[in-house]
Amino acid sequence: MSSLRVLVGCKRVIDYAVKIRVNAAQTAVETAGVKHSMNPFDEIAVEEAVRLRERATKDSKLPKVDEIIAVSCGPTKAQETLRTALAMGADRAIHVEVDDKVALQPLAVAKLFQAVVQKENPNLVILGKQAIDDDAGQTGQMLAGLLNWPQTTFASEVGVAQDGAMQVSREIDGGLETLSTKVPAVVTTDLRLNEPRYASLPNIMKAKKKPLAKMTPEQLGVDITPRLETLKVIDPPKRQGGKKVESVDELIDKLKNEAGVL
Amino acid sequence: MLSRQLLGSARNLTQRVSRHPVLFVTRNFASQNTPLDPTVGLTEEQVELQTMAQDFADNEMAPYMQEWDNKHHLPIDVLRKGAELGFGGLYVREEQGGTGLSRLDTSVIFEALATGCTSTTAYISIHNMCAWIIDQFGNNAQRQKYLSQLIPMDQLASYCLTEPGAGSDASSLTTTAVKKGDQYILNGTKAFISGGGNSDVYIIMARTGGPGPKGISCFIVEKDFPGISFGKQEDKLGWNSQPTASVILEDCEVPASNLVGKEGEGFKIAMKGLDGGRINIASCSLGAAQASLETTIDYVQVRKQFNHTLGEFQNTQFRLAEMATYLNSSRLMVRQAAQLLDGGSSLATSYCAMAKLYATDRCFNITNDCLQLHGGYGYLKDYKIQQFMRDSRVHQILEGTNEIMRVIVSRNLLKA
Repeated sequence: MSSLRVLVGCKRVIDYAVKIRVNAAQTAVETAGVKHSMNPFDEIAVEEAVRLRERATKDSKLPKVDEIIAVSCGPTKAQETLRTALAMGADRAIHVEVDDKVALQPLAVAKLFQAVVQKENPNLVILGKQAIDDDAGQTGQMLAGLLNWPQTTFASEVGVAQDGAMQVSREIDGGLETLSTKVPAVVTTDLRLNEPRYASLPNIMKAKKKPLAKMTPEQLGVDITPRLETLKVIDPPKRQGGKKVESVDELIDKLKNEAGVL
Repeated sequence: MLSRQLLGSARNLTQRVSRHPVLFVTRNFASQNTPLDPTVGLTEEQVELQTMAQDFADNEMAPYMQEWDNKHHLPIDVLRKGAELGFGGLYVREEQGGTGLSRLDTSVIFEALATGCTSTTAYISIHNMCAWIIDQFGNNAQRQKYLSQLIPMDQLASYCLTEPGAGSDASSLTTTAVKKGDQYILNGTKAFISGGGNSDVYIIMARTGGPGPKGISCFIVEKDFPGISFGKQEDKLGWNSQPTASVILEDCEVPASNLVGKEGEGFKIAMKGLDGGRINIASCSLGAAQASLETTIDYVQVRKQFNHTLGEFQNTQFRLAEMATYLNSSRLMVRQAAQLLDGGSSLATSYCAMAKLYATDRCFNITNDCLQLHGGYGYLKDYKIQQFMRDSRVHQILEGTNEIMRVIVSRNLLKA
């Protein structure tokens, strides 16, 4: 191994700052007319890929990054998310178009990524540890399983050496855990891995000219039929206002008879 | 969706947790798909530029605008960070290192930035106007020397036309420039100079010839040239994140090579710069009004009096509808004027003047009416409304007062 080909995942999700609402039919969260942007953890993934490239240009001992390919599975609008990735520094993009009405579940996405990996032959896949819409946090692990590649999840630091040996730190309860592995591998990003850059105005304009290929699940030979059925989506119960009690006796009485915790 | 509440955007997490929880108001994109939506009518690419500028405003400016106002601090680090993204030479040509955007694109970007800090954005817009003057009217040596410093905002620029005795009647200016060998010797005082004392480069209009506009020339004067000094920092109602001072020229020695264009072209250059400058300032007003109105829409749905939210009263509803209408009409005029300027229309000056007159008046009134809907709270510096109001007040005065805008428009109406 002397150089890296990096594939990064870019999911289009409801923007982090939007107050989300359940739709009228209680089948999902309302997405119509709501601002969307790239999943923040995927922004970190793109940033890390670009930084791997930048570090290698400054240090000849590090493996060169030949190509950064951004991949998104979703509706036509996912192309906007891919343009953001291209503006941040990805070289080209692949859009696997899936109709808005189809519930795309982690296993299906992992299989789509598996098919794209087999087509494009990257030796490093960087994904967000989870997407902030459904918080599944499964795609990276499933993809590693399907590819039979090592996985280093929730990365807070990623280092790749010239021979392809990787050192990945992850935050655990007691401190930091460092994993060693070798490319090809799947990495999922945690929040403190890096702070994503803003795409500059010239790069936003240049991104328009970078190639964006379209594919369908059928072309990739992947069955994306959902395996799970969502029965109902409801708001969390509204928070009730508290009450003041007059005495300790009243408090104990309420804890015993109303709250039932004593 | 749990991670959404816990984390938010990775980029600004550290800033978010350090902010005061009660006063921390995140923009909730309430304006998307409402009659306040600033993306209406824009191309996909313009929306991308706008989104980036808005992210920058939300993360790098909005959390600090009150502090900058309070401490009278020009955030040079933030300006340079913005310049790395292309904000330092937005409509300077690409081959000169600029971003090469249209005036319309530029207006969209300044509007978005101004929601984060109107005063700081207004300063960025003045810097951009100066960079454009050098690109447009300077020679290659001047472009090479100054634009390479101004576009990354390593050096900052100021525009110097107004004098203590020459405000609206700008062409009566009395600062003189006398040629002496390979130098011009400048004498006079420039007043109300944004960035004065802080900027590195001053675009100065001075008289080389007879009275009237045709006797005026344009010079690039550096902070370190012998004979330039600065008055005290002015204490202002708003625009506190940028310094304002008079620029005093006492036998100031300027190399003849720093004359921009030819002798006698200064007033024309100054006015051309202001056409774009007026759109820029009006765009800053749009941003101030947009941010004020978004906050107010949130506020009236929470604040209760007489057992009803303010938003349930028809007075409030009608006010909001009117403000949204005026904001939208202002935006349309500003963007139309920008397009005329982009197209090189001979009507551009009149339309820039109409847009500046209309948008800065209407948008100031919007910030003021939003303050009224906030009641006593709006008067507190804890809320941003009063700052948007103070910062946008001066837009009715500078880059040509709104009275002078009327002069320009009526002159062009009656000449036919």
